[in-house]
Amino acid sequence: MSTHKISVDVNGTPQSGEVDSRMLLVHFLREELRMTGTHIGCDTTSCGACTVILNGRAVKSCTVFAVQADGAKVETVEGLEQGGTLHPLQEGFWEKHGLQCGYCTPGMLMCAKYLLSKNPDPSEAEIRAGISGNLCRCTGYNNIVEAIRYAAEKMATPQEVAR
Amino acid sequence: MNHVADRFEKHSPVPEGSSANVPTTDELRITTPPKVCGMGHRMKRKEDPRFIRGRGNYVDDVKLPGMLHMDIVRSPYAHAKILKIDASEALKIPGVLAVITGEDLKKAGNLHWMPTLMSDTQMVLPIDKVVYQAQEVCAIIATDRYIAADAIEKVVVDYEPLPVVVDPFEALKDNVIVRDDKELKTNHIWHWEAGDKEATDQVFKDAATVIEEKMHIPRIHVSSIETCGMVANYDTAMQHMQIYMTSQAPHAHRTVFALVSGLPEHKIQIISPDIGGGFGGKVPVYPGYVICAVASLVTGKPVKWVEDRSENLQADSFARDYHITCRLAADKDGKITGMQVKTLADHGAADAAANPSKFPAGLFSIATGSYDMKAAHIEVDAAYTNKPPGGVAYRCSFRVTEAVHMIERMTDVLAHQLGEDPAAFRMKNFIKPEQFPYKSPTGWDYDSGNYHAALQKAMDVIGYHDLRKEQAEKRARGELMGIGISSFTEVVGAGPSRDYDILGIKMFDSAEIRIHPTGKAIARFGTKSQGQGHETTYAQILAEELGLPAQDIQVEEGDTDTAPYGLGTYASRSTPTAGAAAAMAARKIRAKAKKIAAYLLEVNEDDLEWKVDRFEVKGAPDQHKTIQDIAFAAYTNHPPGMEAGLEATDYYDPPNLTFPFGSYICVVDIDKGTGEVKVRRFVAVDDCGNIINPMVVEGQIHGGLTMGLAPALFEEIVYDENGQNLSGTFSDYLLPTAMETPKWETDRTITPSPHHPIGAKGVGESPTVGAPPAIANAVVDALWHLGVRHIDIPITPQKVWKLLRAKGVND
Ligand code: FES
Ligand code: FES
Repeated sequence: MSTHKISVDVNGTPQSGEVDSRMLLVHFLREELRMTGTHIGCDTTSCGACTVILNGRAVKSCTVFAVQADGAKVETVEGLEQGGTLHPLQEGFWEKHGLQCGYCTPGMLMCAKYLLSKNPDPSEAEIRAGISGNLCRCTGYNNIVEAIRYAAEKMATPQEVAR
Repeated sequence: MNHVADRFEKHSPVPEGSSANVPTTDELRITTPPKVCGMGHRMKRKEDPRFIRGRGNYVDDVKLPGMLHMDIVRSPYAHAKILKIDASEALKIPGVLAVITGEDLKKAGNLHWMPTLMSDTQMVLPIDKVVYQAQEVCAIIATDRYIAADAIEKVVVDYEPLPVVVDPFEALKDNVIVRDDKELKTNHIWHWEAGDKEATDQVFKDAATVIEEKMHIPRIHVSSIETCGMVANYDTAMQHMQIYMTSQAPHAHRTVFALVSGLPEHKIQIISPDIGGGFGGKVPVYPGYVICAVASLVTGKPVKWVEDRSENLQADSFARDYHITCRLAADKDGKITGMQVKTLADHGAADAAANPSKFPAGLFSIATGSYDMKAAHIEVDAAYTNKPPGGVAYRCSFRVTEAVHMIERMTDVLAHQLGEDPAAFRMKNFIKPEQFPYKSPTGWDYDSGNYHAALQKAMDVIGYHDLRKEQAEKRARGELMGIGISSFTEVVGAGPSRDYDILGIKMFDSAEIRIHPTGKAIARFGTKSQGQGHETTYAQILAEELGLPAQDIQVEEGDTDTAPYGLGTYASRSTPTAGAAAAMAARKIRAKAKKIAAYLLEVNEDDLEWKVDRFEVKGAPDQHKTIQDIAFAAYTNHPPGMEAGLEATDYYDPPNLTFPFGSYICVVDIDKGTGEVKVRRFVAVDDCGNIINPMVVEGQIHGGLTMGLAPALFEEIVYDENGQNLSGTFSDYLLPTAMETPKWETDRTITPSPHHPIGAKGVGESPTVGAPPAIANAVVDALWHLGVRHIDIPITPQKVWKLLRAKGVND
């Protein structure tokens, strides 16, 4: 097995590492960079707990090799808060009780961020479809939908757009 | 049966004042201002700031210096002799340090077997044979998880396959013996019964109508999104074992580890950090935990084991698997008079349930539910099969889901058969509010209830009568629409020490509060949240009782070195037990605070009264001492002769269980072409007594309803005739996504528990218990006119499609 030097922009910070070709991106983030916010729920592309944004697209990082992220921009839950201000999605999840055990939450947040980047004003049905690759066993989804609506509305108000 | 009844039903005595006819309201009780945030406030959760930032700390997040990784070789056969385990090739891989087999565990002090929480035994690692597919065969310890995974592929195990028994009815014939380690060569584990057989037989003799249905409540799996895992860290110098573990019951687990390993209990520390959902699946001790701890003992290094999803779905935390035959009797007025139940429980290869020890079938005898009937008799027999150990919960308090599914389905069948409206039929048969406290025919003492109010509310909210009209119109057009009701009674909060224990440890729970000089506090509990929000709700109980702002109270659980002993969080027991302990400990503190206030104000204690957060001199409210003043004085100016400090501990032994209830109504539309069932609306009216935080309660109900929808329509763990699990991934075992899950509509009535210090009852599992029959009843309601009486859950499109074809509805 060969190893590779990779450089990845993670939440705006350049990171590099020497990884086995088979190392998964989720393990690179969690084990090498010790950014444990991204979780593993199934390791088989089914649950979405490991969702991160790779070059602007939501991906399941248990199904991406770390080497595939070489030279890419990766966004994780740890990058949502900016300068001590919570992202509207984080605020929404807190405000609307969109999480219980918190295990699916980072993946849900990143999936929702991607969804809002493509569709800033999604309907309930569009939100449900948008997060259908992410399983939550605790919340029954009602409040996750509301949390994402909360963020969409907040991000649509003028001062938020300016941010 | 060749094995005699050995365990019988027993119940708690009715304690003085434990039950009463309590009034029902819709109004939240709020007595504190938002600044204090006591009970009833929709307080945002105190635990969330770390979770929304990705800063939770789950077991797999723990990384210790020099940590090794463990992976497990699992059996491809459901029943086979092990002839040889050859790990020599695996051990050649650089980074592989050790292999651990059953023989090794045996040499280490007979650690190859362990007790289950039901006092059965279970293999940790086998010596001679495996008894289910995916059973642990041996473990590899390596420096890296990838290397460990490589190594398990290189272990060669020679098996000699044995005949397999998958069906529990077959198992009872004893042609294939699953557990030949046992003295009695039989697959029959136990027989249990409740109720009065003779009286019930008589009622059935006198009945005008008798109905009978067979139903299977299939095997399902909790599938918390976080799987199970452990980091065991044995310090050889200090002979101290530190364990991070996905545990819903860390104290009980510490005791089990001490008993199994022989390590002194004070040298074992179990830390249950943030837990990514439990639902009962993190109550049992799985073989992987024991092997991981042994691996650390042997290597003197920290060892991590985290199972992957397939291991999780194939080897642990199975629930239900009850094969039920139920008969219901009614008199000529359509009044239910009696119930007869025979059940075969498939426990797999070990009775690994986590029921209170005197209750091998859990609280299944709650099966008469919300209905007043003369007599009931319930029998359960348990069998071993070549499947993984079962009987663990699925967000359900000890077999109540099975009981509720049975009675709610039967009630609906009877109503339909008698040509009565299922809602009116229930109203007629409910236990009446004035009958509480109510003694059920199987011996339960229902503390309180108002079933009519809850059902009426659900009917009003959903517009029941209009829906029936719509249904009639649609049926005339050939469309399939159904309305299903479930009016369940839960039983939670185990339990009174007289009857409830796990491995002999009584099922009390505990709280310990320390108030610091500046009026801030830390409170620790014997329970362990896995998402329920204890850090918030316990703080609100204490805020209610002490007037300290909930924000100023730090709640901690899960570290056995610091938290008081308790039995943990499952079966909706946290609020009924530890929540009660919180209130009782707070009241001890308030009693001391009163003495301090009297001393500071130079008045008699009797001249003081408590107001939200202070003691005031009666009639002179400007003369007062706040709880913060008192806390400061407790350390700086306490009365002579009194101990300093402001702390209290309470171990709460509940006088009775609590009996939450509710009525759910579900509307489904069925696609005639595909057989797909679409839940159009679902209204849930829950009564869990007084509410600590309505936002958290609603969240629990949403989640619980979704875990009721799941087994009703989607989830089932299926085995083929060779005992192969056909549902070992999330592609085969279908958890509902946001797409299949309807928008839940919740409402409430409030009938406080008369014996609980804060009138609360517990809520986490009510919806999981109540939802499946509402959905199943709706589907059958849509198809009854075609001659359909019952469909076993999960009601998949395939099942419905086949039925529709058989009835000539779609060709
Ligand atoms: S862990 Fe990646 S999708 Fe489940
Ligand atoms: S909050 Fe627990 S899995 Fe979503």
